[in-house]
Order: sequence, then structure tokens, then C-alpha cells
Amino acid sequence: MKHIRTWIQVIWTALTNGYVFGYLKGTLYRGKWKKLCVPGLNCYSCPGAVGSCPIGALQSVLGKHNRSISWYMIGFFLLVGSIFGRFVCGFLCPFGLIQEGLHKVPILKRFKRKNLPGHRWLKYLKYGILIVFVILLPLYAVDQFGGGAPAFCKWLCPSGTLMGGWIQSIRQPQLRRVLGGLFAWKSIVLIGLLLLSMFVYRPFCKYLCPLGAVYSVFNPIAFYHMELQREACISCGKCTRSCPMGIAVMEHPNDPECIRCGKCIGSCPEQCLKIHFGLHKNKGPERENLGGADGDGRTGCL
Amino acid sequence: MRKFLWVCRKYLPVLLVIAGIGLMILGSRLGEVIVFYRKAVMICLECIGVG
Repeated sequence: MKHIRTWIQVIWTALTNGYVFGYLKGTLYRGKWKKLCVPGLNCYSCPGAVGSCPIGALQSVLGKHNRSISWYMIGFFLLVGSIFGRFVCGFLCPFGLIQEGLHKVPILKRFKRKNLPGHRWLKYLKYGILIVFVILLPLYAVDQFGGGAPAFCKWLCPSGTLMGGWIQSIRQPQLRRVLGGLFAWKSIVLIGLLLLSMFVYRPFCKYLCPLGAVYSVFNPIAFYHMELQREACISCGKCTRSCPMGIAVMEHPNDPECIRCGKCIGSCPEQCLKIHFGLHKNKGPERENLGGADGDGRTGCL
Repeated sequence: MRKFLWVCRKYLPVLLVIAGIGLMILGSRLGEVIVFYRKAVMICLECIGVG
């Protein structure tokens, strides 16, 4: 599972950022595929980007001068989230792949940790970033023409800095002349996250990613989900110990933080955990209890 | 009522997928795709850190 997932991540990243002419000539892909959003965080200013970033697209529509709701992007998130949940994070996000690669850099084990101190509360920070930077600021922090800037892209997005900013500034010398404090700030954020990734597993995904925040809402109900056979479970706790996202897998196999990496499935000695694609197996309304077949008693998202 | 809630919970992802497709069609008819497409085919100065 581990190697299959890595290959899927690599192939998907290559496909969605495979416009070679963009890298060679320092231009952007301007074809019809740019009208489609890729499911993961993927800056459309990357020279190789073939599709649009969903978070960038959402901010573009919200930041229009007439302050419109983005029905298309709401529909996109409902569609992708309900089918895949955070499978997108685990399999289809290029920046997630980069963080995982950096986490494999050999560093003394005693310096590596699953989560940052305060993880229990820090994990909610990404919801705040979604609400403030992705929704409110583009809507209400407008310029003299009534248009709002994409605040998350502008101030925080490390994927945009790496795949858009750094690559474009290398390919286009005229851009380098106008880079200033904002680029420096974004580079500091990016470098900080890249360094942190060597010590903490996927820190951006856990604490800062607004797209992960969106998909996490759907994790408990998505078609792509985990099923735990409680009858076979011997409560050894290996699934929880192996989970890099710090989830108590036995209690919440469809936790909003789960990126569907599958490490818990591989670690279970009794093979109680399985991936299932389809409707959740609930007992009938007369016999339903909060446990359920998959042990996921939560319908909420947080 | 209990059975109705159970059915809604069980088939919620199906309803959301249908709603999602409907909203995407609505949004594209309202011209939202063109809005972010225009942004996507130009180098986003905010994204790369200019300004």
C-alpha cells in the first residue's frame, strides 16, 4: 500500500504539473484544461500546472467586485469531498508528497515527532485560516475597485511560493526585479514548513491547509472510508501507534484528520481495518447505536 | 422520523454528490468558470509574492 500510494502521488503530480513548455519557456499553460480544478493544492502559477487550484479558484470568485458566492466551487467541494474525503490529501496533493519526502530525510529519531505540542488545539487552526484567509478577506478586504485579493495565496500558501514563485522567478529575470518583502515573507513560511516537515509529519496538512480543512468535513461520510471490524479487534493499539496523523484509529477510523495513508491497515495483526468504497454500513434505524459497523460514532466534523 | 433521519444519514453522500453536480452546473452557467480561468492563465502576482 505504501509504495502504491507513493507512486500514485508521483504520477499524479507529474500529470497535473506536466506542461513541459511552461518550464522551458517560463510561460503558463493556457489551454482548456485550466478550466478544471485539480482536487489538491496546486498553484495555477506553476509553469507546469495543467489545472486550476480549487482554493485559488474559490478566492478568485469571492474576490470579484460584486462579492458573489462561488456556487461552482461549493459544488466542487461537495462532489470531491463526498466521494473522496481526505483521500485527496493522502494521494493527490503535490505539496503533501513533498512533505512526506522530506520527512524521510534521515534525522535522529529522538528529534522526530508525530505532532507539535498543542496538537489538540493547533489542528483547528486550519479551519480558522479557511474562514479568514480564504473566505472573509477576499470578500471584504477590497481595493478601491471593489476587488478582493486572494489572501491565502498572497500571504501563506507554500505551494504557490514553491511551485509558482520560486520557479517563475528562476525562469523570468524581469520578475526577480520586482520581488520584495512579500516574497521574502512567503519564502520564510515555505522554508520553515519544509524544515519542519523533516521533524514533524505533514505539518502543513495538519495545521494550516484550508483545503484539508474542507475535505476533513466529509471524512466521516465520504464514499472512500475505513471500516473497522470490532468483533475481530483485539485492542492492541498498533493502528493508533502507527498512525502518522496522531489519530486514535480504534475509536475514530474515519476521523477528520485521516488522510487515508493506510499505515494502520498494514500494522493491524488481525486485519480488522479495511478500505471500503461505497455507502457506510449502518445498522437499521431500530438497532442503530452510536458504535456502528465501523465504530465511527461521529457524524460531525470537528 | 427516526427512520427518515437514518435514511438521510445513510444516503447523505449520495445527496451531496447530486447537489455538488447541480451546483457546479449552476456555477458554470453563471460564468464562474471564466472568472477563475482568466486568473489561472495569467501569472498570479499575489501567489508568487509580488505586491
